[in-house]
Amino acid sequence: MRSVWRTVDVKRARVITLLCIADAVVALSFGAICVGGGLEWWIPVVLSLVVFAGGAQFAAVGTVLAGGSAAAAVATGLLLNTRLLPFSVSVADVIKGGSPLRQAFGAHIVTDETVALALAETDAERRRDVFWACGVSLFVCWNLGVAVGAVAGARIGDTDAFGLDAAFPAVLVAIVLPSLTGTRVRLSAAVGSAVAVLSTPFLAAGLPVLTSLVGLVALVRRPSRVRG
Amino acid sequence: MSLLAIFVLAAGTFAFRIAGPLLADRFEFSESVQAWTTHAATVLLAALIATSTLVQDGEFAGWARLGGVGLAVVLVALRAPFPVVVIAAAAATAGLRQLGVG
Repeated sequence: MRSVWRTVDVKRARVITLLCIADAVVALSFGAICVGGGLEWWIPVVLSLVVFAGGAQFAAVGTVLAGGSAAAAVATGLLLNTRLLPFSVSVADVIKGGSPLRQAFGAHIVTDETVALALAETDAERRRDVFWACGVSLFVCWNLGVAVGAVAGARIGDTDAFGLDAAFPAVLVAIVLPSLTGTRVRLSAAVGSAVAVLSTPFLAAGLPVLTSLVGLVALVRRPSRVRG
Repeated sequence: MSLLAIFVLAAGTFAFRIAGPLLADRFEFSESVQAWTTHAATVLLAALIATSTLVQDGEFAGWARLGGVGLAVVLVALRAPFPVVVIAAAAATAGLRQLGVG
């Protein structure tokens, strides 16, 4: 079997390993929070396997534990995951190919981290390998972490005390910032980020990030330069 | 949370994720469209950095987290290795909280 680790060097493997450790700790706390809140152990386990999106999982369970309806939990989770649509378009070339089952699993491992890592690569083959290596590793670590947290049931404690809430944006900073080259891309990212942050008081969770796409107008060039 | 609710959330999430490859099957994306989708994903990720740094439950997430992520930005600009960036950001945030910074 062809190994996705073929073009994944030590530097990238180290990045993926650290991502796995950080995600596993968050996963442990997710499992523990669910069980601690009174949910049965299998709920976080199944949720993580079939949804596999940390933010949406926390939001959905948080809604239920706060007394919200299942419909509200589903709606919140789905809104948070809308960004996966443009993400899946951006890594479509990486997912495509192989059997339908392989393609489906490739789609299932579209996350913020795998997309950020893939887009940081310029070489097509390495992009594919980094995406798959990271996605499969995260899938294993995340689900193992949730299962252990749910079954152990023990209070893992507040992960904010370890500063783990800063680790997620820091991971994206480390991966995304170097790819923000060129004035126009930087401008569109800055405008988009500002719009997203400023719209948070007015929009449901998940939507503010999507509003950042208006920043793309900064990339519009004269028609003569657009290729057909 | 019922099994039905879990699977509705899962199905909807998967629909978002498979849409990209399915669209790419149907339409041949030109080079310029591909460049646009890459830019769109980059802008979304930048906005995700901004919102996940600044906002928690619809309110300001606090100076400790902002301090940690700010340090990450500085370290990335200085070309620090990835583990240093992430661990320093988490440690700085935890340290600031120990010092009583919100």
